[in-house]
Amino acid sequence: MNETSSETLSVVVEREIPHPPEKIWRALTQPHLIEEWLMKTSFKPEVGHRFDFRADWGSVDCQVVTVEPNRTLSYTWGAHGLESVVTWTLSPTGAGTHLRMEQVGFRPDQKQAYAGAKFGWARFLENLEQVLARAD
Amino acid sequence: MPDSHDLIFKTLADPTRRAIFERLCRDGEQTVGALTAQARISQPAVSKHLGILKQAGLVLDRHEGRLTHYSAQRSALAPLIDWTSQMAGFWQSRFDGLEDLLKRMDQ
Repeated sequence: MNETSSETLSVVVEREIPHPPEKIWRALTQPHLIEEWLMKTSFKPEVGHRFDFRADWGSVDCQVVTVEPNRTLSYTWGAHGLESVVTWTLSPTGAGTHLRMEQVGFRPDQKQAYAGAKFGWARFLENLEQVLARAD
Repeated sequence: MPDSHDLIFKTLADPTRRAIFERLCRDGEQTVGALTAQARISQPAVSKHLGILKQAGLVLDRHEGRLTHYSAQRSALAPLIDWTSQMAGFWQSRFDGLEDLLKRMDQ
């Protein structure tokens, strides 16, 4: 897949937040706090732990991938048949923290980490873009 | 993320259906017979997949005599294309919620 199509399946939100990384980490990893800004969850900060986020519109199936306290947290995010990975990165700044969230859909270089059926999505979306590029 | 998206994702999660849909996108309108000739499954199986694609609004059928011609409805794919913009909006609003929470939390 080329860079353009990788970008299409990537969402990045970044903010400078006037609070220290340790405090943000608590909000990202403690279920009673996560519930207040994201969704109800059975999250635990343990690599391999399977959990979900629950909301009125449905639920998201997840598994913890990376836990580096106060620095990096990532988990898979499966909803509506489309698998992705959400990665939080916390970098201390003079005034607080630079918080970055990146959600990435499947790419060929991730295929070792995922089952073939899931990898099929990246292929499909790549093909789709080619099809749509030719559509007009 | 409403249920119509769920249906499209589920429908296209099947590799055989995806292959049929891609072929219709690529090669234009086809009969069941023409699609079966290229697939490694029986004509009834192809018909069943086409029925599911039709239910999801991904293909249209056109009857001509005894033959049914199927064509891809590319516009039904808009939810897939919109995935990134939907998620970006979702996370922006969650960041707002996170900042509100941080203001309320003790250090």
